[in-house]
Amino acid sequence: MIEMILHLVILSGIVISAGLVFALRDLVSAAIAFATFSFLLAIEFYILQAPDVALAEAAIGAGLSTAALMIAIRGTVRSEGDGI
Amino acid sequence: MQMSRIVRTTADIAFPFILVYGFYIIIHGHLTPGGGFQGGAILASAMLLLLLAYRYHESIRHVRKTMMKTLESGGLLLFAFTALSAMALGAGYFYNWLSPGGVLFGDIVEVGSALANLNTAGLIPIMNLAVGIEVVGAVSVILLALLSGIKEKI
Repeated sequence: MIEMILHLVILSGIVISAGLVFALRDLVSAAIAFATFSFLLAIEFYILQAPDVALAEAAIGAGLSTAALMIAIRGTVRSEGDGI
Repeated sequence: MQMSRIVRTTADIAFPFILVYGFYIIIHGHLTPGGGFQGGAILASAMLLLLLAYRYHESIRHVRKTMMKTLESGGLLLFAFTALSAMALGAGYFYNWLSPGGVLFGDIVEVGSALANLNTAGLIPIMNLAVGIEVVGAVSVILLALLSGIKEKI
């Protein structure tokens, strides 16, 4: 029962953060929402007893790809749609 | 722009612990969850911490591009030569010739033992180490290339 509630909370959090990545116009906020998405996905993998995949997801998704997105945003423009 | 003293001190303190954790994940790859790729990614995130906490000109003195390229090539060469070393002994490619009773990582796993023995599995820990070294070099090269491309240096 408590596992079911945990699944429900984490999966709804994943859906909400994925929607935020799509909806937010500020790209830094979208990158942070993407990091939240990866972190929740890592927790979900851990609950589903795949700690190997959870480690890879936490290191690559929440750590390195967020930093790569941040560096790319810093090199270009911050918000979506204004200028090249 | 420079990060504040709080960020730099936190990065200095956290850096060796992240390195030790990454090497732990790599060297226990045949016993626990994780392995070469995951541990290498954790080590690369430690390098990323240094790159983001310090200024670009300061941090590239510690995370050098030539060193990271050397690590990447060295990891790949170690992997390939470990796999080829079995052929030198007359067995097939990737044959685990160290596993039963070798000098290094040669213990036989006891049946029913609850204690994990690190000194087992033959060539697999060596290949995990090679993959970890290769991944930390490759990801650091990617991050350095990204950082060197922007005009206003961090």
